[in-house]
Amino acid sequence: MSDKPRKFKGGVHPNDSKALSESKPIQQAPLLESYQVIMHQSIGAPPELLVKKGDTVKKGTLLAKASGYVSVPLHAPTSGTIKSIDKCPGPTGISVPAIEITADGEDVWESPFEPIADWMNTDPAELKQRIWDAGIVGMGGAGFPTHVKLSPPEGKVIDTLILNGAECEPYLTADHRLMLEQAEDVMLGAAISARILGLKTAVIGIEENKPDAIEKLEAVAGKYNITVQSLPVNYPQGAERQLIYAIKGREVPVGKLPMDVGCVVQNVATAIAIAEAVVKGIPSIERVATVTGKPVVNPGNWRLRIGTPVSKVLELAGGISEQPAKLLLGGPMMGIAQSSLGVTVMKNTSGVLLIAADEVSLYTSEPCIRCGRCVDCCPMQILPATISQAVENKRFDWAEKLNVMACIECGSCSYVCPSHRPLNQHFKRAKVEIQAGLRKK
Amino acid sequence: MSDTEPTIKMPDPTKLVVSNSPHIRDKQSISRIMFVVVGAMLPACLVGIWFFGLAALNVLLLTTVSCVLFEEGWNKLVKRAPTWKDGSAILTGILLGMNLNAGVPWWVCILGGFLAIILGKQLYGGLGFNPFNPALVARVGLLIGFPEIMTRWNMPQGGQMMPDVVTTATPLGMEPGTFAIKDMLIGNIGGCLGETSAIALLIGGAILIAFKLIKWEVPLAFIGTVFVVTAIPYIIYQQTGVTILRHNVIPQSPVIHILTGGLLLGAFFMATDMVSSPMTHKGAMIFGLGCGLMTSVIRLWGSYPEGVSFAILFMNALTPLIDRMTIRKPFGYVAPEAAEVKS
Amino acid sequence: MSSALIAIISTGVIGITLGVVIGIVAKVFAVEIDERIEKVDELLPGANCGGCGYAGCADFAKAVVAENATPGQCPVCSPADIANIADYLGIVAEEKEKMVAVVRCSGDASKTVRSLYNGVRDCRSAVLVAGGAKGCDYGCIGFGSCAEACPFGAIEIRDGLAIVHPDLCVGCENCVATCPKNLIIMVPAAVETHVYCNSPEKGAAKRNYCKTACIACRKCVKVSEEGQMEVDGFLVRTNYDNPPPPEVVEAAACPTTALRNASMHVAGAYEGVLK
Repeated sequence: MSDKPRKFKGGVHPNDSKALSESKPIQQAPLLESYQVIMHQSIGAPPELLVKKGDTVKKGTLLAKASGYVSVPLHAPTSGTIKSIDKCPGPTGISVPAIEITADGEDVWESPFEPIADWMNTDPAELKQRIWDAGIVGMGGAGFPTHVKLSPPEGKVIDTLILNGAECEPYLTADHRLMLEQAEDVMLGAAISARILGLKTAVIGIEENKPDAIEKLEAVAGKYNITVQSLPVNYPQGAERQLIYAIKGREVPVGKLPMDVGCVVQNVATAIAIAEAVVKGIPSIERVATVTGKPVVNPGNWRLRIGTPVSKVLELAGGISEQPAKLLLGGPMMGIAQSSLGVTVMKNTSGVLLIAADEVSLYTSEPCIRCGRCVDCCPMQILPATISQAVENKRFDWAEKLNVMACIECGSCSYVCPSHRPLNQHFKRAKVEIQAGLRKK
Repeated sequence: MSDTEPTIKMPDPTKLVVSNSPHIRDKQSISRIMFVVVGAMLPACLVGIWFFGLAALNVLLLTTVSCVLFEEGWNKLVKRAPTWKDGSAILTGILLGMNLNAGVPWWVCILGGFLAIILGKQLYGGLGFNPFNPALVARVGLLIGFPEIMTRWNMPQGGQMMPDVVTTATPLGMEPGTFAIKDMLIGNIGGCLGETSAIALLIGGAILIAFKLIKWEVPLAFIGTVFVVTAIPYIIYQQTGVTILRHNVIPQSPVIHILTGGLLLGAFFMATDMVSSPMTHKGAMIFGLGCGLMTSVIRLWGSYPEGVSFAILFMNALTPLIDRMTIRKPFGYVAPEAAEVKS
Repeated sequence: MSSALIAIISTGVIGITLGVVIGIVAKVFAVEIDERIEKVDELLPGANCGGCGYAGCADFAKAVVAENATPGQCPVCSPADIANIADYLGIVAEEKEKMVAVVRCSGDASKTVRSLYNGVRDCRSAVLVAGGAKGCDYGCIGFGSCAEACPFGAIEIRDGLAIVHPDLCVGCENCVATCPKNLIIMVPAAVETHVYCNSPEKGAAKRNYCKTACIACRKCVKVSEEGQMEVDGFLVRTNYDNPPPPEVVEAAACPTTALRNASMHVAGAYEGVLK
């Protein structure tokens, strides 16, 4: 229907394991007795707390307000009382402040703002303000505040809005189900984002292993003047830089953002959140996540409130059939391993994934045999093997010269390494050390 | 909890492993790679055993066992965990055996194992750190140390499995036309036990390329360069009757150059050794080109009739330089100056 | 025979000629060196640890002779060494207090909850994955980035915990910046008693994952003199300006043994108590 997408160099083809949950319709999770809402849910500054212990809140009540421009507010996922404001296990393994709400079971709704029905004639600035007020962040994984993404700085011309429906991570099917079940909302969210950016159109990129979603979206795309672009299946097709290259043929310069080449990339789940915030007046208090993995009894896609503990999420899915080796938030390629069941669902939690012991064992790192598989698969065309050796020798200056800063941490190199080397961890370390060095200067 | 109530099993958090992403890995491992390579070498080994008899099998077994024993002995000495299971020592042993002729005395095989594993690999730090192909280090060490033994090739004897062997010289050092092309293809010629059968080696090479274990650029550039360079004196001789080689040697046809000697073995199995060859495809091209050039020059004008081993070792030494030359530009690369101007 | 002779003679002649050339060049292009620099360099310990802030001992010696630095800036030198250098240069040696590093954590593998970690065995890399995979967010990860940085072998990793040997530590501070949890501080070597915990969490929370955490019960504060132990939230710290005597440890009978004397800590004399 549109041009043939360009193929980026490199990439890997892991077994996608999506069959476990891709045919399962999204189910609404029942109301729980309590929720632990992690305070800091986005990149940028943590929000400023507005409630205290003992306060009663309603569903949608503002719990914390944005403390700066790159900061988003937080809303209550249900009605009840604030039980405590204490620490709970965070997604990165470090305990983080969280607001615990004891639900009253009524689930009384209090809209923090009115729906904007006539969004087509509303001032874009007002729409953007609404997205900010609704506390929407990128739901694909990074958690970048959406209103910031939709505000290109002075002088940057945006000519393309790309909706990311690639969902290239194995196992995850939440975006796929959303595109199937809420195709209209995806388009609506895209159209609202396009209006904010002053654009008439948008492109939505979907990997061609989701033909039903492509069909569904194409059926409604015409109405919103949006094109649907099918993309070859190749991990990391859903990475911003690779997606922009595939659709527009533009290379985002290393160290720059998509807006530097005139593009804004938005996840489809984020688009739906935008549509709901604007047209229905619902803040970001729920998200759809895939609960899956071989050890899960009933894998599926669930609409979960923000602050749902992972233990409850697994209960919804019927528990486990065998002890898993890993518990992940997110997909298997870029997700974060957890060691606690107390961690809660956040706005950017795209999945809760259990990895069986036979899928992954404890790997011992062997010496690099220079086979070059990582070199072949690197989507950023850097030299993972050489950089990892530089990092092992603590030569971060070499790593920097070898362009480690271009690494997008997609994990393809570690995936293919026959020596099971922790390449990705090396790069993460190098980037942290180089940035620390820059700050010192 | 009562027995009638269905219980929901939950994961035990103390048994959860934390590690950096990615959390899945593909099935490839060092030992897998090594055993596929060994499998790819089998056709050539079997042909060698067929033509050179049990003596060839003896040599292969001796080199393989001694390589594994030296590897494990060294691991004991430096208190390292056993590594023979990764298959690299077995691979080195078989490769070394293929590089010897079937009639070498037993102690040459063992000495070769020592040179390959200890001198060629472990002294540099073991697998992954050796700048040179260990089997080639051993072969060249033996060639220089015992030129008599190493250049006395055996006459093939067509599957008679005789324990003794008759010796001859490499076809490269003979008058043109001593052997028929057909014999060169199937391996019915004199030479090292693993290098004679062009067909078996090509089958092995095809396996390696199909499994993506070698970069096809290396054998292509290597063999192609040898073909082109050795064609030059041949064509000149055919056209003018003048030989540009030393001692008025009559040039062999480039086809003979490719089919005899260690070229195919070297191009598919030794130059492509992952550890000692460049990592990028561009680098592999340069590497193959250099190997081909060196081989041709040694064969045509050097004092040894064969130059594959020296050529590969020479290019092994250049590998770090080639790797440095061929560092690629990353996706979305910005030159440092340009980046500064922009920001 | 004659050819051998020719070879020997010619090699000899070449050798002698080149030797003479080198000798002349060395004389002609000789650089004047202040001999005091060499002498000071000799008197310095030669560890090249960089603790003084200069590139190495030779660089420091240059600075000392040029009076840009004082000998006392060398953290490794003993007072006698400093006096020697000062005597030699005819300057006054200043007094300085010897400092040693202390790792403010006592939670080794047997005393703390840890998750299974699979990855790079280096603290600064491990901290990027699940914060170091230890129940306590503030405790020692124990992969030994500090021990690796120590040029004097003064840090031992024992059962997943870094322990500084005060007798080997010279106070070069190389380890301080390597700890991703900022657990290492420099303290006067004369002070024996430290609180081996750095977690600001509530006592009850700490007890969930560590048997030897400071739970701020203030027993040590009560048995010591006013101001010797300072309470900072849920954590007690030694006041290094007014330190308590080593006997405080016994008198306080710290219920979690977070309060320890350094020499006993090194000897492994403490067991965490969990009620």
